[in-house]
Amino acid sequence: MRYIEPHAHMVSRVTDDYDRMVLAGCEAVCEPAFWAGYDRSSVAGFYDYFSQLTDYEPKRAAKHGVKHFSWLGLNSKEAEDVTLAAEVVALIPQFLDRPNVLGIGEIGLNKNSRNELRVLEMQVDLAARHGQLILVHTPHLEDKLKGTRLILDVLKSDRRIRPERVIIDHVEEHTVAMVLDTGMWAGMTLYPETKCTPARAIDMLEQYGQERLWLNSACDWGRSDPLAVPKTAVEMKRRGHLAELVDQVIYQNPGRFLRQCPKFTL
Amino acid sequence: MNQQPMLDLYFLEARHQLIEVAAFLDRVERAGETADFRARAFAEAVKILGSPAKNKAGEVLRAFSDPTVEPIAAATTKAACGAWPGRGESQDITN
Ligand SMILES: [Zn+2]
Repeated sequence: MRYIEPHAHMVSRVTDDYDRMVLAGCEAVCEPAFWAGYDRSSVAGFYDYFSQLTDYEPKRAAKHGVKHFSWLGLNSKEAEDVTLAAEVVALIPQFLDRPNVLGIGEIGLNKNSRNELRVLEMQVDLAARHGQLILVHTPHLEDKLKGTRLILDVLKSDRRIRPERVIIDHVEEHTVAMVLDTGMWAGMTLYPETKCTPARAIDMLEQYGQERLWLNSACDWGRSDPLAVPKTAVEMKRRGHLAELVDQVIYQNPGRFLRQCPKFTL
Repeated sequence: MNQQPMLDLYFLEARHQLIEVAAFLDRVERAGETADFRARAFAEAVKILGSPAKNKAGEVLRAFSDPTVEPIAAATTKAACGAWPGRGESQDITN
């Protein structure tokens, strides 16, 4: 089995996780910028974090035989402070030429507030001005449905944004169709408690087609499983899906989306 | 595809999960917490299980969702609790 992990927060994982992922067939890990579990006190905290994502972490991954790519952005949990957000958005362009940077992400909404929405618009504009791919985080639990609608409205109203260059992550049964209807890609995140289980993810693959869907573990410092993607591949086989389809979903699909950034090579 | 029987694959697991739900409802009842917005949302969502809806998972998720369309004035918490507390009601939960 070979696979791409298109969404993992490796800075919060131990080195053993890299070893286990490589053993399971992982050929590339893509790491979006996210919340550290606390709010950074200044733009300098983001400078250090973006340096970690674009310099230190790819070297650590390479030692374990896997390619590491990253996405840069300000997560929505830290978007309530619009002044700081504007400073972070101004900081990002100097990192965009780094060899492992794939685009702007993960950006999106958390509690669906006005300031979160303003900061999302700022970052969609940043991506458009620099011709970057976009990876979007949709809110959790009761906030997901409303947040997904608001996010899609922002993206659809910006004529510079091409839908096939956007992935909307963490979709579930109540949001997957509205995302795919826009022509954007949809990501299904496999979490033990919130978000999606392997069985439900496969249900959605069977119902909504396999063209513009990918699977990810979004493993971070919370309850999550860095091997969730290969475990779902095993579940697909248990259900009777053929190896070719499994390969399409866990390897070819993420590759097809990510290669829209020429820096993504394996 | 070599389609496998879904009941062979998932019946025992789903049966187990349904009994867990039933025991949870009994527990909330005994604790006198049925008026909490989360318990009320749960009771509404449970009704969907017996409905003829084709996308029951999606409908259950909708039942727990914030149905409003306007962004909120400001985020006062980072967390989500799993059910919509209702317009103007505090999302602060006791535990
Ligand atoms: Zn993430």
